[in-house]
Amino acid sequence: MAEINMLQAINDALSIALESNEKSILFGEDVGHFGGVFRATSGLQAKFGRDRCFNTPLTEQGIAGFANGLASNGMVAIAEIQFADYIFPAIDQIVNETAKFRYRSGNEFNVGGVTFRTPYGGGIAGGHYHSQSPEAYFTQTAGLKVVVPRNAYQAKGLLLASIRDKNPVIFFEPKRLYRANIAEVPDEDYEIELGKAEVVRQGTDITLLAWGAQMEIIENAADMAAKKGISCEIIDLRTLAPWDAETVATSVKKTGRLLINHEAPLTGGFAGEISATIQEECFLHLESPIARVCGLDTPYPLIHEKEYMPDALKTFEAIKATVNF
Amino acid sequence: MSNATSDNETVHRVSFLDRESVNIPILKVLQADGTVYDNAVLPAIDEVLAHRIYDTCVFTRVLDERMLGAQRQGRISFYMTCTGEEASIIGSTASLDDGDVILAQYREHAAIRYRGFTTEQFMNQLFSNEKDLGKGRQMPIHYGSAELNYQTVSSPLATQIPQATGVGYSFKMQGKRNIAICYFGEGAASEGDFHAGLNMAAVVKSPTIFFCRNNGYAISTPTSEQFCGNGIASRGPGYGIHTIRVDGNDMLAVLAATQQARAYAVENNAPVLIEAMTYRLGAHSSSDDPSGYRSKDEEAKWQQHDPVKRFKLWMINKGWLTEKQDAEMYEKYRKEVLAELKVAEKLPMAMLDTLIEDVYDTPTPRLQQQLKDLKKHLKKYPDSYPNSKGRL
Ligand SMILES: Cc1ncc(C[n+]2csc(CCOP(=O)(O)OP(=O)(O)O)c2C)c(N)n1
Repeated sequence: MAEINMLQAINDALSIALESNEKSILFGEDVGHFGGVFRATSGLQAKFGRDRCFNTPLTEQGIAGFANGLASNGMVAIAEIQFADYIFPAIDQIVNETAKFRYRSGNEFNVGGVTFRTPYGGGIAGGHYHSQSPEAYFTQTAGLKVVVPRNAYQAKGLLLASIRDKNPVIFFEPKRLYRANIAEVPDEDYEIELGKAEVVRQGTDITLLAWGAQMEIIENAADMAAKKGISCEIIDLRTLAPWDAETVATSVKKTGRLLINHEAPLTGGFAGEISATIQEECFLHLESPIARVCGLDTPYPLIHEKEYMPDALKTFEAIKATVNF
Repeated sequence: MSNATSDNETVHRVSFLDRESVNIPILKVLQADGTVYDNAVLPAIDEVLAHRIYDTCVFTRVLDERMLGAQRQGRISFYMTCTGEEASIIGSTASLDDGDVILAQYREHAAIRYRGFTTEQFMNQLFSNEKDLGKGRQMPIHYGSAELNYQTVSSPLATQIPQATGVGYSFKMQGKRNIAICYFGEGAASEGDFHAGLNMAAVVKSPTIFFCRNNGYAISTPTSEQFCGNGIASRGPGYGIHTIRVDGNDMLAVLAATQQARAYAVENNAPVLIEAMTYRLGAHSSSDDPSGYRSKDEEAKWQQHDPVKRFKLWMINKGWLTEKQDAEMYEKYRKEVLAELKVAEKLPMAMLDTLIEDVYDTPTPRLQQQLKDLKKHLKKYPDSYPNSKGRL
């Protein structure tokens, strides 16, 4: 077991995916010789050749359509979209095609072999075109799985599971943790099951729920709350579609309270869906309204990024308000 | 209306067209030593115009050098240079009317400078301070000015290409003899928006100049992995668009081509495609290191085609410029950029209220509530939010 960062863990997962299945192909803007703008694909072209790891022309629409075509004919397509902010030119291919290939053909054809990897999220002074968290756009599309790892260990296991899943997956990588998160990651091939949340910390007073880069934030907030004598249970959702309502509901039935944190804007964000479901499942167990600590309903700002972020302090305040409701 | 095939010659054996079937000459006017090719036709240029152009070249070089340095010192977060492509940008902008609208990709700050963007305005944007016209919302280099008819840069590539078609068409509908010009890289020309924009422009007859800076790379991706056709120019005739390829490091060739392109667009209410063959001398951006994907030899070779130097030699040959004047210009701009930089970096950020402004024409009740809640929070923890501390 080595201590490596999230980029190295992703690189490792990609290498194993290419090695273990000769039908898998890796492509995207700048991913070839250069290894991608974040270097997630470093060295893979040298190892697997230009036919299996290559630069595409600069067209996300083309990348997504090409991935669909490959997978529809028996290949495993692992495509990088350079920033999640630039997934939108591909939205028709992903939402109308990737997601519905199996359904619309009566399972005559499917593109289960498609995985789109893309760096998402803010906190890097990137302004509104290098900071967005567009996961909710995709959770509303039936037929897609949406996965977000929170650390290097998860990134490797969840990415391998995503690539091998029989359904198309959008894999959002928290770019502000790419180099910051270092963890013990096994050298061998392993998978983390999709669709399962992880209870990261046990607690009794309130359940805190997040995914990806925001996990660090709720953990910090929980530490602050602990000093005030509040015990937080912490859950990492890991997969947003399909999401593990059961694990969340079990926890909320125990603690009686729920706080959801995500970086995307509040309105229409995935926290809304979780709140509604948990309210249905746990109505009689809830001791206070479900709290949402999210981004503001504005485009992602540059200079007021810190103010915009659903950070630990805001989460801490919301924990206190919820517990003292 | 007939389809173009109706008057084509017919053949009775299979024969395919290929890349070589399209032969596109490259317009060159100015030689490396600053003299003009024997039979070249000069663009309309006098000493005043030449000086305005050269002045923009010198400013841009100084700005790029100084601000890349400022980025390295951690004073600004990000920077992109125009280095090597000054002739493409300035030669084309200098051929336009000030009322023509410019839609840039991001590497074309020389164009907004040519229009009169002040050094102070550059610094305000680069430092995202309260005087930035964009209210500090976008990363450095995303300039824009309504007064100068330069639409604010947006990072997603190629989105401005179909928009330019719309801007051009709006001039036609308003009965104005103006055009839109749209700049983009050869990489961005792979996006679907490129096809959408050019095809629509041809069909709706929009007076728009599509100006492709073919500078060899899209981040690390060389043109050989970007397209297999004959550059970008070969696509123009396919859309039914008037097309020309120029030496993008030749100020006079770019000027000549764009002057005529503009005249054609205005007279015929029609688009024109210009492909400028040039080279991105610097890194893609301050976050990039080109040594990982191209050789020093290649860069050195292109240094010899420096467009600014070539134009300078031409001006000296004409007796319009001396080496001494040239050195003084660089000195003047170095001082000016540094002085303005020092002022701009000390100015505060915009007030917090700007966070919810311009999302809609007026902030919605929900946004107002979010701002109110946020202010309450910030007042409780002012030290954790330095940009708004004392500026709520
Ligand atoms: C839609 C979209 N995809 C990806 C990016 C990331 N990106 C920024 S610049 C760039 C390369 C652009 O190359 P080119 O158009 O040739 O212009 P150049 O930088 O060479 O001037 C890429 C891939 C983006 N900004 N927008």
